[in-house]
Amino acid sequence: MSKKLGLLGTSAIATAMRQINPDVVAAYPITPQTAIVEEFSQYVFDGDVDTEFLTVESEHSAMSACIGAAAAGARVMTATSSAGLALMWEMLGIASGLRLPVVMTNVNRALSGPINIHCDHSDSMGARDTGWIQIFSENAQEGYDNLIQAVRISEHEDVRLPVMIMIDGFITSHNIEVVEVLDDSDVKDFVKTNKAPFSLLDVKNPITFGPIQLFDFYFETKKQQSDAMRGSLRIIREVSREYEKLSGRKQPIVDMFMMDDAEIAIMVLSSTAGTTRSVVRELRKDGIKAGLIKPRIFRPFPVEDIVKSVKGLKALAVMDRSDSFNGFGGPLFTEVRSSLYESSNKPLIMNYIFGLGGRDVTVENIKEVFDTLQEVARTGKVENLINYLGVRE
Amino acid sequence: MEDVLEIRWHGRGGQGAVTASKLLASAALEEGYYIQAFPEYGAERMGAPVQSFNRISKEPIELHCQVREPEIVLVLDATLLKSIDVCEGIKEGGILIVNTPKTPDEIRKLLNFNGKEIKVYTVDATRISIETMGRAMPNTPMIGALARVTDFLKLDSLLANVKKSLAKRFTEEVVEGNLNAIKKAYEEVKD
Repeated sequence: MSKKLGLLGTSAIATAMRQINPDVVAAYPITPQTAIVEEFSQYVFDGDVDTEFLTVESEHSAMSACIGAAAAGARVMTATSSAGLALMWEMLGIASGLRLPVVMTNVNRALSGPINIHCDHSDSMGARDTGWIQIFSENAQEGYDNLIQAVRISEHEDVRLPVMIMIDGFITSHNIEVVEVLDDSDVKDFVKTNKAPFSLLDVKNPITFGPIQLFDFYFETKKQQSDAMRGSLRIIREVSREYEKLSGRKQPIVDMFMMDDAEIAIMVLSSTAGTTRSVVRELRKDGIKAGLIKPRIFRPFPVEDIVKSVKGLKALAVMDRSDSFNGFGGPLFTEVRSSLYESSNKPLIMNYIFGLGGRDVTVENIKEVFDTLQEVARTGKVENLINYLGVRE
Repeated sequence: MEDVLEIRWHGRGGQGAVTASKLLASAALEEGYYIQAFPEYGAERMGAPVQSFNRISKEPIELHCQVREPEIVLVLDATLLKSIDVCEGIKEGGILIVNTPKTPDEIRKLLNFNGKEIKVYTVDATRISIETMGRAMPNTPMIGALARVTDFLKLDSLLANVKKSLAKRFTEEVVEGNLNAIKKAYEEVKD
């Protein structure tokens, strides 16, 4: 029997880690780290897990240790946030390039400077092209669910790629919410055991990880990595379906709310999707055909699901909790807009950059976007393609 | 009760505003409600004004923005009434509970409700906590006062749930002191 508990977001993640019982966790234990590894270290101390827990001197070392342990065939997890993820950057590409199934929770927080550790998505968006599968969570429940699934996705023989799970900093990580926690034994059965095809420590079958590959083979390796990433979407669907059966909770690639007859919609990742859903309910009471699209999977980018999700819309606002500083809009926007280029039935589209450094996104902010969308749908004209929501100018 | 009941706690660093919101959340959870409890994170220092928040609902809570228009505001330290606007955003017909030996009428004179109809209650939570726990910890008695003036928490189950939450971390004596503080505040709250 699963049970409903009041848990901090960080605690929901640490609980999932305890239930997964990884072989190795290597983490940097100090800010910008969150309470995830602190709580997990208590489980280690109490003997609730069999994990070899390594506290290292930096996030760069944390990921290096994870890479080494994963190459040895261990099930490996870690957690980080903000500048910690940035410091891992060099090693992120090595984990994915060596096709090592490391599973990491990233608590989405801003990058300095100015100094700020509140929520935005700059950290993980900065790592979007490092070859990691990226899964965003609306709340603590989704963080918990996504982390358990991540283990199976990451270790699948057709995938063998690292997976990054995101929860929103403070809004989710430091908020107590109701989380339905599965039975320990159900999680154990679900995640199975890691069947690593190779081990660096198997001296009878010696193998080389990460050799030098110049213009002769590097390109082929990278192409295979890209193919594996594309192919992982099929595995993500399989694992999601299986987890749906176990948990009774839907695990869509792209979550849609009130989209059947929607004329205007907001597309947004993570916790803001919750606030938006609540606004959509209100607007629907007034007869406004509003909807919500919430991608759960960001890498691999689910092009077909995204194109399908906007069908029938007159106007769409894509919201980004990070800026690309004069790219053509925020990272979600550019990819969504690009995905729709060939589509014959595409909506008018706009981008909103919002919530940087933890700036609260209010119900009024969301209503403002829907008001503008109604105007765009009515006039057929987009005044400003790229907008900043809730900023003082 | 509205669809989602929103609560704001005002206190000073060290008075337990954050703990109070957590305790309230776990008590409401045990009663079958969906809950949120989150503090406002700034630069935390002992004595500096702090806020924490609760959302309580019969349905799963989707809102993930700050609480701006609370139905209920609790003030753990009456000296805050002079330095910050504890009534900011409070809903028409809302409830304000202040930890003070003063009467609600005396408090009402100190505040500007901008024409809003606000129910004011007072309770001497600091004195109660000193009497029952031997130290000034006004947070748990304030939950007792809250239970009295609202109808979503029953005193018996509140006491049972707080006991369960605190028993994990504190001695029997401390737990008993907290429970007595809640009971006393429940009885003494003035309207």
